[in-house]
Amino acid sequence: MPFKRYVEIGRVALVNYGKDYGRLVVIVDVVDQNRALVDAPDVVRGQMNFKRLSLTDIKIDIPRLPKKKTLIAAMEAADVKNKWENSSWGRKLIVQKRRAALNDFDRFKVMLARIKRGGAIQQELAKLKKQNAS
Amino acid sequence: MVAFRFHQYQVVGRALPSPTDEHPKIYRMKLWATNEVRAKSKFWYFLRKLKKVKKSNGQVLAINEIFERKPTKIKNYGIWLRYQSRTGYHNMYKEFRDTTLNGAVEHMYNEMASRHRVRYHCIQIIKTATIPAKLCKRENTKQFHDSKIKFPLVFKKVRPPSRKLKTTYKASRPNLFM
Repeated sequence: MPFKRYVEIGRVALVNYGKDYGRLVVIVDVVDQNRALVDAPDVVRGQMNFKRLSLTDIKIDIPRLPKKKTLIAAMEAADVKNKWENSSWGRKLIVQKRRAALNDFDRFKVMLARIKRGGAIQQELAKLKKQNAS
Repeated sequence: MVAFRFHQYQVVGRALPSPTDEHPKIYRMKLWATNEVRAKSKFWYFLRKLKKVKKSNGQVLAINEIFERKPTKIKNYGIWLRYQSRTGYHNMYKEFRDTTLNGAVEHMYNEMASRHRVRYHCIQIIKTATIPAKLCKRENTKQFHDSKIKFPLVFKKVRPPSRKLKTTYKASRPNLFM
């Protein structure tokens, strides 16, 4: 199968290791085979190994080494933040973060909600079974 | 960013003034060392080979660290070096693409050690320069001189996000597809 996600200027990637774990960054230039110059609105531009990056589907339109202002403007124009938060990958990460930040009372509430959801599913299943049997 | 092993120092020194020579010539050298003490030692090592002056009859006038002017700009560095192999001395010219000169020098030492088994003390850096893209000689650096560069990452190595979460055994085979 051909590749779909390329390392290119403007590709948005997620940092998956190290100090900036979980941050969305934009690949601004390629240093060499293993490293890219990477930039984000609130981060000093620096180089990062590709091993620390997971490429996403989002790509923005920027010239080769944009100034910070052009980068921020391009990110707003492409609406990177919303696209990310509405993508299934982004939503999964948000849910993971919420789950990690639950306190005991929240976990209790989640337990009650799960029991309720299970009960509703079982009721529907019972109805369908009766329909099928008759 | 990452702490560099090698720092670039500018060392200025001269022979001690003597009755025959009131104002000896001052020499300046730019070199790479891991710290200032080693930089001064390297300075005398090189100066001994070039002029008739030793640390015992000379003085270091100044030692300053030189920092990278634009650490966010990618540059092509050419490094000319002289190294000692098992059979003799050779000159070499290597090119590296990096954002800082210290990074390129560290890259060079690592590469000499891995490709030619040459250790740090057998390498002397003759000259370093930033090379404009037109004058680069090596295909390896020239292939990145593309303003619309685009390549896929071929396989994805699944890594735990911190070393603490590393385990020797995994429950299932990792999926390497990007």
